[in-house]
Amino acid sequence: MRCQSRSRVIRSAFVLLAACIVVIGAGVVADAEDEYPLATLRSAPISKHVVPPKMPKVVNSDIRQARNYPEQPPLIPHTIRGYQVDLNFNKCLSCHARTATEDSQAPMVSVTHFMDRDGQVRASVSPRRYFCTQCHVVQNEVKPLTENTFIDVDRVISDVMKKGN
Amino acid sequence: MRGFYNRAKERVKGYWHTLSTPSKYFSLGFLTVGGFIAGIIFWGAFNTALEVTNTETFCVSCHEMRDNVFAELKSTIHYTNRSGVRATCPDCHVPHEWTDKIARKMQASKEVWGKIFGTINTREKFLEKRLELALHEWERLKANDSLECRNCHNFQFMDFTQQSKRAADHHERFLTSKEKTCIDCHKGIAHQLPDMSKTVAAQ
Repeated sequence: MRCQSRSRVIRSAFVLLAACIVVIGAGVVADAEDEYPLATLRSAPISKHVVPPKMPKVVNSDIRQARNYPEQPPLIPHTIRGYQVDLNFNKCLSCHARTATEDSQAPMVSVTHFMDRDGQVRASVSPRRYFCTQCHVVQNEVKPLTENTFIDVDRVISDVMKKGN
Repeated sequence: MRGFYNRAKERVKGYWHTLSTPSKYFSLGFLTVGGFIAGIIFWGAFNTALEVTNTETFCVSCHEMRDNVFAELKSTIHYTNRSGVRATCPDCHVPHEWTDKIARKMQASKEVWGKIFGTINTREKFLEKRLELALHEWERLKANDSLECRNCHNFQFMDFTQQSKRAADHHERFLTSKEKTCIDCHKGIAHQLPDMSKTVAAQ
């Protein structure tokens, strides 16, 4: 008799614990959704089948974009579909290499790419700077997923100047 | 040895005699019409066989093609694209004109040799040989002014205003002036490129 009651107590404790976990868990998920709307790009749980958004077009305007800060790697203003960049060949360099720019009229890869890690300028692009898309990317024709509050350095300075006056 | 030579000589003489004397049993009409029909059958069979070897299915029936170059083609715009118009192996690698096609097919008989002796029967062997094979193909396209490209991409009907600025500028400067031909710039659009740093040394 005593034994039975004890097991009942243990069982109900487990049920309570499970309920607590569910409630707290739900609260955390709800919080995350409110605070970080982009916690996941997938709008439904993983068990549900969703139609993915349409694949956007790549900007192919050939118009260079301004950089947001001086160190920003310039954006690629054209499509790079199927460009081979590997041990055998670098398609980007077939236009952007030093010797190719006369024919292509494309901007030459900056001289920093020729430097090895000791700052020594080499004859060709340094292996550590060889894989272009590690830094340089194309842009897609899409609306930003979230608001961007970035202000560039000129704006910061002018704001400070205005405040000072 | 002398006996063998004499026997062979006699046999050839016998054949020549049969060929050079008028037919004893068949009428001239039978021989003419029969020859004509046999000619049609032979020609038809020859061309059918030729066309069979000129299909993608035939090309990829060898694993050398299926696992290397054909696999690489699949992600490119010449295999899959928005409009579904695509190029098959012979569209780019075999001339469409009959005489040129026969010439190319005779050259390609070396590929049968390669197949029999397994010249590129592993991925490693293929990669080893890839530069040489690619150089042959570039040389061929350079020599015929990229004929196989132009079978579809006709310069006469190319509207530069529909192209991106970069493409239009380059075509205007190099293609219109005939300074360069398609393959000069568009290498590696359908298959991966070999180690290009070796091309200068190999040429």
